[in-house]
Amino acid sequence: MTARVGVVTFPGSLDDRDALRAVKLAGAEPVALWHRDKDLHQVDAVVLPGGFSYGDYLRAGAISRFSPVMETIIEQAKGGMPVLGICNGFQVLTESHLLPGAMLRNNHLHFVCKDQKLRVENNGTAWTSDYAQGQEIMIPLKNMDGRFTADRRTIDELEAEGRVVFRYLDGNPNGSIDDIAGITNAAGNVVGLMPHPEHAVEPIVGTGGTDGTGFFTSILKRLVNA
Amino acid sequence: MTLDTVKNAEQTPDVELPWAALGLKEDEYLRIREILGRRPTGAELAMYSVMWSEHCSYKSSKVHLRQFGEKAPQSDAMLVGIGENAGVVDVGQGYAVTFKIESHNHPSYVEPYQGAATGVGGIVRDIISMGARPVAVMDPLRFGAPDHPDTKRVLPGVVAGIGGYGNCLGLPNIGGEVVFDSCYQGNPLVNALAVGVMKHEDIHLAKASGAGNKVVLYGARTGGDGIGGASILASETFEGGTPTKRPAVQVGDPFQEKLLIECTLEAFRAQLVVGIQDLGAAGLSCATSELASNGSGGMRCDLDDVPLRDATLTPEEILMSESQERMCAVVEPEKVDAFLAICEKWDVTATVIGEVTDGDRLEIFWHGEKIVDVDPRTVAHDGPVYERPYHRPSWQDALQADAPTAERLARPATGDELRASVLALVGSVNQADKSWITSQYDRFVLGNTVLAMPEDSGMIRVDESTNLGVAIATDGNGRYAKLDPYTGAQLALAEAYRNVAATGAKPLAVSDCLNFGSPEDPEVMWQFAEATRGLADGCLELGTPVTGGNVSLYNQTGTEAIHPTPVVAVLGVIDDVTRRTPMAFAEEGQLVYLLGDTRDELGGSAWAQVAHDHLGGLPPKLDLDREKLLAEILIAASRDGMIDAAHDLSDGGLIQAAVESALKGEQGLRLIVPDGLDPFVFLFSESAGRAIVSVPRSEELRFTEMCGVRGLPATRIGVVDGDVIELQGQFTLPLAELREANTGVIEALLA
Repeated sequence: MTARVGVVTFPGSLDDRDALRAVKLAGAEPVALWHRDKDLHQVDAVVLPGGFSYGDYLRAGAISRFSPVMETIIEQAKGGMPVLGICNGFQVLTESHLLPGAMLRNNHLHFVCKDQKLRVENNGTAWTSDYAQGQEIMIPLKNMDGRFTADRRTIDELEAEGRVVFRYLDGNPNGSIDDIAGITNAAGNVVGLMPHPEHAVEPIVGTGGTDGTGFFTSILKRLVNA
Repeated sequence: MTLDTVKNAEQTPDVELPWAALGLKEDEYLRIREILGRRPTGAELAMYSVMWSEHCSYKSSKVHLRQFGEKAPQSDAMLVGIGENAGVVDVGQGYAVTFKIESHNHPSYVEPYQGAATGVGGIVRDIISMGARPVAVMDPLRFGAPDHPDTKRVLPGVVAGIGGYGNCLGLPNIGGEVVFDSCYQGNPLVNALAVGVMKHEDIHLAKASGAGNKVVLYGARTGGDGIGGASILASETFEGGTPTKRPAVQVGDPFQEKLLIECTLEAFRAQLVVGIQDLGAAGLSCATSELASNGSGGMRCDLDDVPLRDATLTPEEILMSESQERMCAVVEPEKVDAFLAICEKWDVTATVIGEVTDGDRLEIFWHGEKIVDVDPRTVAHDGPVYERPYHRPSWQDALQADAPTAERLARPATGDELRASVLALVGSVNQADKSWITSQYDRFVLGNTVLAMPEDSGMIRVDESTNLGVAIATDGNGRYAKLDPYTGAQLALAEAYRNVAATGAKPLAVSDCLNFGSPEDPEVMWQFAEATRGLADGCLELGTPVTGGNVSLYNQTGTEAIHPTPVVAVLGVIDDVTRRTPMAFAEEGQLVYLLGDTRDELGGSAWAQVAHDHLGGLPPKLDLDREKLLAEILIAASRDGMIDAAHDLSDGGLIQAAVESALKGEQGLRLIVPDGLDPFVFLFSESAGRAIVSVPRSEELRFTEMCGVRGLPATRIGVVDGDVIELQGQFTLPLAELREANTGVIEALLA
């Protein structure tokens, strides 16, 4: 038996097919979800993919958050369903208040696309259990609005509770507070990050490495063993 | 203002129309009157003026472009040739690939961000209208002098526009070029290429057949942007002191275009479409007249049904508007509901605006009155054709005589001088690392990018199960073409061909973007004639047909034209992308071989520009048979695992390529000057038909035997080793020092 992992397509989602591919390569069953459809089709976990949903108009993720599919996802995420938000998906998660904080425009004001080194700061989440604590991984980063920010109290809380999941290494690419690249909720089922693990799952494309595979094998193991 | 209907035009033959302001010449206007047998209505005049503009009708270039068809090599790979939205090439396993390069030069000078952004949008719509899913874009760019203040305005805007549009559209940007030269000061070149993939059975052509079929306009609403863009902007030279033409540049919305891609491909998959045409230059005028003239019947449209962004637009403006992100589909009546449902699913506005008719007329109505009644072929295909006079420029002989000999230009002689020259070259703006630009483009999206800049060509996996892939490179060298346009065009072709082969792919087909000055200048026209002749001859000899492309003329300010700049894109196929050859020399101990012959060829070279700001003499000689042989060797060596890395030699010569491969692989090189070669010539000559490769020791014998048997000179010039580049007996350069010189150059310019 395997696990069903859904990937939502919003209008303007771009890395949705890549996330579906990564789910499949990890051995789980990929399920395409549509933004207008409240039904999650019995998936066990959801990936909110990268892209520019609704053109990032108004504010990245601000419109997608109100889509029908998100109503169900927000409700089930609060009940413990694992959700991974990648880049624009992370922005949707903060707009939905499933994760704290917000993303500002990169401090250098340019889109940035690069191979980014990260450190796994918390391997206790639903999406990171296949990594070693402190493991350094290379994951592509590509965004315009990637500078994570939150008020000091929230940051202190995230740090104190070990909810910073990934930190940028070898230079901060966007000015995010405390080099934060990704965070989790208190329960550890909802994870958001700016870099794109789905583009580091095959040796021949993307970064040429497979450091991103762990996200998808982590969730598969957790769901199958549940 | 009263509506200028067809009836009104018949009754008021003497009304003066603003044909000159719309960019028409007097004889062209008279010809329109002759075709119609009356004066045109305002709407008809608008249509003819845009469709007969240089940009849309190719009136000055047509007589020369014919050679691409007449001299086309026999190729089994061609599925659709010149004349459609984009050519289509068979890449095997049932897949077809369509690709095309276009210019968006003038708009990008006026409004860099939107000009460049909509250039990407336009070329992508050409690809989707063929039925293909776009899979990548590339952008060859040319800017003015690096230290000119206007370059600081144009470059960041163009780069942000390409990134802003392409990234939001979700297409990986996998290559291109960035060149600086003061000749492009008032006329930056912003060329855009897109490539798409489909199955053979999914190829669609733009035509409107079958009386009763509906014409559906879908995508963005029509607004006042870009009115007259094609006729005014792309077809007239910029003159000082005239009012700003900013409103003629279109504004792009990549989010809308993303929806358009998904919606169009879904409609194709559901077999709901007879024909499709994107709305680019000349907007609805172009789409309706081209669809109708490529089909079997006529067409009638009601402009009242066109969804508008601005309700005050006149019918003439609606016809001329170049609002972006619009497409026109011809759909059988019983399939219209299903088509509209797909548009609704993707939140795309779609409206039936007309239908295909039995007759042979294109009729357009406004408020129930007929305002256009023309034979669509006279609008779309029977535009004027000019045999523009041309002659060899008076200065050409003197330019070619000014060769960069050792007597004319001082050459570095000692090890220290050579070392300093290498640092100056790799730190010069044209040879420097371009990652400030390319890091603003998403190269990962869609998950099939095998190679991207700065590799010799971009490579995309087409099939995830078989690993079939395509590679594309674009190249052009205006300096070579200025010295000799015929050879310069062929050198651009040869370089792109070589770049594709260097990554292990077999070159199949060509698309070209011909950027020149004013065709009304006989000397510019000679450059154009020579370059097209050279390109057509070259394509014939290499066996790579031209599948389509674009001509951009009037790239000049006053009497000062740009260097003639034919940019050539070559597309190749690779059966197994896991065999691709990257450029990085990454394995210590591997042997470095130089393939090809090195001669004292410095005319138009990067060294001459960097060291002496000199342009003169002749460009490198070209031997197309040698290029073919080199390509075959590079492909075979890749397929059979004989080489681990390869890098083509072009501007900057051997040392530039060696430094790039070493920096990318983070490994040093110990190099030896081959017997009989002068160290300076060895390092800086730009002789064509060459590449450097990195060969595992275990493969050396097999590789050199293959080269020997095939008759390709292969010279062992060194070994991958250490963390310096050393030229034995001459100089040592630490990688760190080279990296410091090579990076941060663009940032420093813009700071």
